[in-house]
Amino acid sequence: MALSGMRGLSVFISDVRNCQNKEQERLRVDKELGNVRTRFKNEKGLSPYEKKKYVWKMLYIYMLGYDVDFGHMEAVSLISAPKYPEKQVGYIVTACLLNENHDFLRLAINTVRNDIIGRNETFQCLALTLVGNIGGREFAESLAADVQKLLISSSCRPLVRKKAALCLLRLYRKNPDVVNVDGWADRMAQLLDERDLGVLTSSMSLLVALVSNNHEAYWSCLPKCVKTLERLARNQDIPQEYTYYGIPSPWLQVKTMRALQYFPTVEDPNTRRSLFEVLQRILMGTDVVKNVNKNNASHAVLFEALALVMHLDAEKEMMSQCVALLGKFIAVREPNIRYLGLENMTRMLMVTDVQDIIKRHQAQIITSLKDPDISIRRRALDLLYGMCDVSNAKDIVEELLQYLSSADFAMREELSLKAAILAEKFAPDLSWYVDVILQLIDKAGDFVSDDIWFRVVQFVTNNEDLQSYAAAKAREYLNKPAIHETMVKVSAYILGEYGHLLARRPGYSPKELFTIIHEKHPTVSTSTIPILLSSYAKILMHTQPPEPELQNQIWTIFNKYESCIDVEIQQRAAEYFALSRKGASLMDILAEMPKFPERQSALIRKAEDAEVDTAEQSAIKLRAQQQMSTALVVTDQRPPNGMPAQPSIGPLSLVKVPSETVDSNPGDQGLTHPNGVVYKEDPQPPSQDIIGDLLGTLSIEGPPGAVAQSPQSATYEAEGAPSAADAAALVPVGEESGSVQPIGNINERFYALCLKDSGVLYEDPNIQIGIKAEWRAHQGRLVLFLGNKNTASLGSVQALILPPTHLKMELSLVPETIPPRAQVQCPLEVMNLRPSRDVAVLDFSYKFGPTMVNVKLRLPAVLNKFLQPITVSPEEFFPQWRSLSGPPLKLQEVVRGVRPLPLPEMANLFNTYRLTVCPGLDPNPNNLVASTTFYSETTRAMLCLVRIETDPADRTQLRMTVASGDPTLTFELKEFIKEQLVSIPTAPQRPQGPAAPPPPVAPASQDPGALLAGLL
Amino acid sequence: MGIRFILMVNKQGQTRLAQYYEWLTLEERRALEGDIVRKCLARNEQQCSFVEHSNYKIVYRRYASLFFLVGVDNDENELAILEFIHLLVETMDRHFGNVCELDIMFHLEKAHFMLEEMVMNGCIVETSKSNILSPIQLMEKTS
Repeated sequence: MALSGMRGLSVFISDVRNCQNKEQERLRVDKELGNVRTRFKNEKGLSPYEKKKYVWKMLYIYMLGYDVDFGHMEAVSLISAPKYPEKQVGYIVTACLLNENHDFLRLAINTVRNDIIGRNETFQCLALTLVGNIGGREFAESLAADVQKLLISSSCRPLVRKKAALCLLRLYRKNPDVVNVDGWADRMAQLLDERDLGVLTSSMSLLVALVSNNHEAYWSCLPKCVKTLERLARNQDIPQEYTYYGIPSPWLQVKTMRALQYFPTVEDPNTRRSLFEVLQRILMGTDVVKNVNKNNASHAVLFEALALVMHLDAEKEMMSQCVALLGKFIAVREPNIRYLGLENMTRMLMVTDVQDIIKRHQAQIITSLKDPDISIRRRALDLLYGMCDVSNAKDIVEELLQYLSSADFAMREELSLKAAILAEKFAPDLSWYVDVILQLIDKAGDFVSDDIWFRVVQFVTNNEDLQSYAAAKAREYLNKPAIHETMVKVSAYILGEYGHLLARRPGYSPKELFTIIHEKHPTVSTSTIPILLSSYAKILMHTQPPEPELQNQIWTIFNKYESCIDVEIQQRAAEYFALSRKGASLMDILAEMPKFPERQSALIRKAEDAEVDTAEQSAIKLRAQQQMSTALVVTDQRPPNGMPAQPSIGPLSLVKVPSETVDSNPGDQGLTHPNGVVYKEDPQPPSQDIIGDLLGTLSIEGPPGAVAQSPQSATYEAEGAPSAADAAALVPVGEESGSVQPIGNINERFYALCLKDSGVLYEDPNIQIGIKAEWRAHQGRLVLFLGNKNTASLGSVQALILPPTHLKMELSLVPETIPPRAQVQCPLEVMNLRPSRDVAVLDFSYKFGPTMVNVKLRLPAVLNKFLQPITVSPEEFFPQWRSLSGPPLKLQEVVRGVRPLPLPEMANLFNTYRLTVCPGLDPNPNNLVASTTFYSETTRAMLCLVRIETDPADRTQLRMTVASGDPTLTFELKEFIKEQLVSIPTAPQRPQGPAAPPPPVAPASQDPGALLAGLL
Repeated sequence: MGIRFILMVNKQGQTRLAQYYEWLTLEERRALEGDIVRKCLARNEQQCSFVEHSNYKIVYRRYASLFFLVGVDNDENELAILEFIHLLVETMDRHFGNVCELDIMFHLEKAHFMLEEMVMNGCIVETSKSNILSPIQLMEKTS
C-alpha cells in the first residue's frame, strides 16, 4: 500500500482514519506530534528519508486542523537537500506551512536562487513554484531579474518558462515597485507568439495582470490575443493533449477572452473583424450536447464570449443575440446554466440599450425567485433589483413583497432592503411608496432595519400631500391585533405628528388616537417608549380646546415615567410634563417637525456595505456605475440647507428655544461663532432640547462630526422673534438663494472626462449630471444623465448648448421638470466639422423651491476625442513624413517651459490622448515619434505625424514637429500637444524656490487633469 | 488571483486535501472549511454547482464520496473551474487508475505534486495530463 516507501506515514494515516471519534483522533495526533518533536530534537541522527517522512506527517496533521508550531526549520532545510525526492518535499511542504513573512523563509533565499539560476530543470521548476506561491518582497528584490530572464530565454524549455511566467506574476503583483516591467510590452507580444500551450496559458495570466494595470502600454498584444483565440477556435495546431472533450483548451480560450476585456476597445478594423468573426462563431455554434463535460466546457467558452461581446458593446444585432441566448438559458432545466444566465443578464444591464429586451424576460426571472436553489434565487433577486426602473417598479416591488413571507431567513434582510430602495427610487407616486414600506414592516418587521422606517418618516415629513394619507394608513395598521414593534414606532410617530390633520374624520379624535396607540404600550420595549411619549405630548398639544380627561390620562403616564430608570425615557417624561403645563410654550416647541434637509439615503450605503454575502458584481454596484447618478449613490454630500447632522453623543440645540428660556439663563454657554452661529450647549440634561432629541432618534445620516465640517452653514437663531417659530428656525445663513454650491471640483471633473468617456460632469445638492459618450470617427453621441437627488421636483429645467463653430451639436428635448428622485437621459449628437481646440459649453439651469441655479459647464467634446490611435510602420511613416515637407503642412517649434517628464511618462501621456507612440522609428532614444488619425467632416480621416526631440540635459525644453495634410489641423494639433506638455501654474502653488527655471514648473504631477487645468 | 483554495472533503466532512493560494491562519481555515462544507454538503443534485460565500464563490463537484471544492473570485468563469475539477480527477484517474478517496488519503504527496503542476499562485499552469504527470513519473523512476 505504501508507495514512495513511507510506511510510517501510511500507518499513521490509517491509525487516524480508524479513530472512532474526534477525541481519539486528537490523542493519536498528539502522540505523533510528540514523537516527531523528539526525533527532530536529535536532528543529527536523522536521514533525509526520515526527515521527509516526518515533514509529511506534519503537513497531514496541519491539514487535519491541528496547530503545528515546530518543525518548520526542518521543512525549510530539506530545500537544500541534494536529491530530488527530498528537495521536492521541502519545497512543497514549505509552501503549504509558511507564509511570505515567515522568518525561516529568508534562510532559504540563497538556495532558492541557486536552484533558479542553476542548470537542473526540475530544481528550477520547484524553486519557481515556491516563489510563485509564497515569494515576498525579498524574493522579488533578489530574483525578479533572473525570473524575467528565464521567461524569455530561448534556451529554456517550456516547462520552466511556464512557471517563470506565473512566478513573475506574483512578484509583480506583490511588489510592483520592485519589479520593473517597463518595456515589457514587446516581450509580452513575443511570448504570445509561443506555440507551447502551457507557456501560453501562463503568459496569458501574466498579461491579464499587466494589462489590468496599464492597458495603454500593451496595445501591441491585442492583435496577438485575437490570433491566439482564432488559433484555438479554429483548432489549428493544437496538440491532442490540450483538447478537452474535443474543445481546444477551454481554459486558455477563456483566459484569452478575459485578457481582451481589459482593453477598452478594439480599434484596428481588421483585428476587430477577425475577433467578431470568432465571437459570432462561438455564439452561434455552441450547441447543447449530451456529454456533461463537453457541454460545460463549451458553455464556459460561450459565457466568456458573451462577456467580451458585452464589454465591446458591439453592434445592436449582436447584443440582441446575446440577450436572446441568455433568455433561453434562464429557462433551461440545467441549474448551472440557469444560474449563469441570470448572473450574466445582471452584468448585461451595464449596456444601456438592452434593458428593454431584458424586461421581456421579467416573468421568467420572477419565477427564478422561487427556485429551489438559494444560489439561483440570489441571482434572480440581484437581477430584478438591477433591472427595476420606473416602468416596472410596481410589479417588481410587489413580487418582492409577496416573496418576502416565504423567503429564507438568510435573504430576508437583503430582500427588504432592496425592496425599500427600489420603492423609494422608482415610486410612481409617493403614497405607493408609503404603502410598500408599511407592508414591508408588517411582513418582515424583524428584518427591517431602522434606516428603512427613518426614511419613510423623512419622506412623509417633507411632503405635505402625503401626511394625512400616511396618518390614515398608520391608523389602519394600529387596528390590527398584533403588529411588529417597528410598526408601533412608525405609526405612533406619524399619528403624533399628523393625526390632527384627520381630526374631523370619525375615529381620529385625539382621545381615540391616544387610546389606539396606548393599547400597544404594554407590548413594547424600552426603545419604543420615548417615541410613544413624544406622540402623546403631540396629541395633547393638538387637543384644542384641552380635554381635561385626556390630559390627566397622559399626565399620569408622564408622571409614572418621571422616575424611570432609563435616562432617555425619564428625561422625556419630565420635560413633556413640565412643558405641557406651560400652555403656549408647548405649542411652540412641539410644533410640527421641520422638513428634513435632503440627505443621502442611508439605505444605499447600507446596501453597499452589506455586500458581504452577495457577489462582488452585485446589481447595487452595477447600478451605481451604470447610472452614475440618482442621488442615492452619492457619498460625501454636504448637508445642503445647512442643518448639521446630529452628533452621536451629546444633544445639540438645533431648534429654536423660546426666547424666554435664553433670557432667563443669561449665563448660558451659548457659543457664538464668527458668522453668527449659535450652539446652545446646556450642561444640564433635563433642559436638553426636545426636538433635538427627536432628531437624534431620526438621525438617518448623521456622520458624527458633520457639524465640524460645515459650521458656517449651520445657523441657529437664538434671539429671533418668537413668532418665527418652528421650521423657520433653521435658516441658512452663508448661502442665500441662488448660491447652491457644486459638490466636487467642476474643472477637475471636466478634465477627467476629457480622458475618459463616462463620469460625472456636475453635481450639487439637488442634481447630478452624468455623461456617457461614444465616439466614432468625426461623430459622437453623448448622453446627459440628469438626476434629481431630491424628494421634491426640480422645475424650470433648461439646457442650452453653446457650440463653437467647428461642432454641430443637437440636444434632444430636455423636460422642464424632473420628478423627485428621477433620472432623465438626454442624448446629444455631435459632429466635428473641422479641426479646432474650442470647447462647447452647456448652459444649464433649474429651479429648486425659490432658488434659481444656473451653471455653465464645458462639455468634453474636445479635440482628442476625434483622434483614433494608429500604429504606422517605418515603410508608411517615412515617405509621408518626407512628402509633407514644410509649413504650413509641417510645423516645427521649440517649446520651452515644458513640465519635465521622463520619456516613458511622456509616451504614456501621448497614448492617453490617443497619439500612438511608435517605438523604434526614431533611432535617437531621446526622441519620440507618434501617429494618429484625426476625423472631421472637412478633413475626413487624416493621418497626423508627430515627432518630439528632447534634450536629456534640459528636460524643460524640446523641439516638436507636427505634420498632417491640412494646415489648420497641423496648427491646432501642434497647439493642443503644446498645451498638454507645457506646465501651467495651478492656483494654490507652493512658493517657487529661488533657483526656479524661468517659466514656473508645476510639481511633476501624474494627473493629466491637473496638467490640463491651467489651460483655461 | 482566480483560485483561492482547493479542498477535497468526504461526505463526513473530513478534509482529505487542502491547498490554499492565499494565506489564512489555522483558525481561519478551520472556520472556512466548517462553513463551506456545511453549505455545500447540504445541497442536492438538482441544485447548481456554485455557492456564494462571503465575498467569493465556491465551485464544487461531487465524485462518489468525495467533494471537490474550489474557492474562486466572483468574476471567475465558473464552468471553466468546474471542468478544471474534472480535469484534475481525470489526471488522478490516469495515474492511480480509477482514483478513490483512499488513494488521495494515502498518497497525499502525489495529489499535492499533481496540483502543484496544475495550479500556481491561483492560476492554471498546465492542462495537459502527460505534462502534469511527468514529474511524478520522473520521481518514481529515481526512487
